[in-house]
Amino acid sequence: MSEHIVPKSTYYTIFGALLVGTALTIVFAFINLGNFNIVAALVIAGIKAGLVITFFMHVKYSSRLTKMWVAVGFIWMFLMISITMTDYLTRAWLVYRP
Amino acid sequence: MIETETAPERIEIHADHHPHLAHHFESMEQQREAGTLGMWWFLLTEIMFFGGMFTAYTVYRHLYFSAFAAGSEVLSVWWGGFNTAVLIGSSLTMALAVFHAQMGNAKKVVFFLLFTVVLGGIFLRVKYIEYSDKFAEHVFPAGDYRWPTGEEPAGPHNPGDLLLMLVGLEATHHPGPMEHGLPVKVTTNYSEEGPYYGTGGQIPEQVQSDSMAGHVRLYFWFYFVMTGFHALHMLIGIGLLLTLAWQAWRGKFSREYHSYIELTGLYWHFVDIVWIFLFPLLYLVDRHL
Repeated sequence: MSEHIVPKSTYYTIFGALLVGTALTIVFAFINLGNFNIVAALVIAGIKAGLVITFFMHVKYSSRLTKMWVAVGFIWMFLMISITMTDYLTRAWLVYRP
Repeated sequence: MIETETAPERIEIHADHHPHLAHHFESMEQQREAGTLGMWWFLLTEIMFFGGMFTAYTVYRHLYFSAFAAGSEVLSVWWGGFNTAVLIGSSLTMALAVFHAQMGNAKKVVFFLLFTVVLGGIFLRVKYIEYSDKFAEHVFPAGDYRWPTGEEPAGPHNPGDLLLMLVGLEATHHPGPMEHGLPVKVTTNYSEEGPYYGTGGQIPEQVQSDSMAGHVRLYFWFYFVMTGFHALHMLIGIGLLLTLAWQAWRGKFSREYHSYIELTGLYWHFVDIVWIFLFPLLYLVDRHL
């Protein structure tokens, strides 16, 4: 099997989607969503990163081994941040316990 | 495609396979797969490198949110948004360079690699302007650091300003508060002491011990270290792209053999992804009015 060639139109579409994502990031940042401001920012950034990885970086057309490798990297980082934050986010709970 | 120079005796030994196939690989396909996997292995170490900083950022943003919000407001959303678009554009041109490499179209490969370099250069030019302004406002966290700044943050107020500042026709630093343009909250309410001018670079002790000033300073450490390492990656990327453009011009690559372009593309896109997260996390902490 030879290398998969992604058509140029796909690249232009992804480029457009990324620009729209950037505009949405800025728009949502200026609207008061309370605690959901950061959620919106990270969800949009996550989708943008996903588009870059999937199409610009050709992961969609790569071997399953490469896909697993990529997933391991990002899952690792997600775990590192979330496990660290289970500590910091819950420290105050002890203080306010009746 | 230009023929690769090969000594006559080597042609005999290597006649049955592509001249760029290393002997420990079965086929060009396997060689390419291994290269991609190896590059991702490297990018995973890069995720760990930036991941540590993102984790530390998350912890301190949680602990000192109001300070991070105040520090963030000193940055210019115009510059940050513009640079995000420029970097996304450079990812597009990089992807097109890889596309033309797969097509074996050497001239277009050179064109799009250099296009990517130009966009990377514009990004770094903006970063230079931003850094200069932050130094002028004394928010660089080492040396002559002062908080609150007591000044309206520098930066463009509209696309026209932005273009003029980009080419250096207009100074970006406006000392003193200004009325026109976007509404900007002047952050002077965090310290009783007020801004410190004419202190000869010496920070009064009460400011150094002021916790808000210290926490904002921590935010600026994150800003300068994270964007600084990102810019360093951009510089390395530009060096790689220039080398590739030269090699492509000399006819090194072909339809069958262009791994270096593909793998440098992976690196460039990865650096783009880092910025996609840095932009909202550093520039847009708590912007809503």
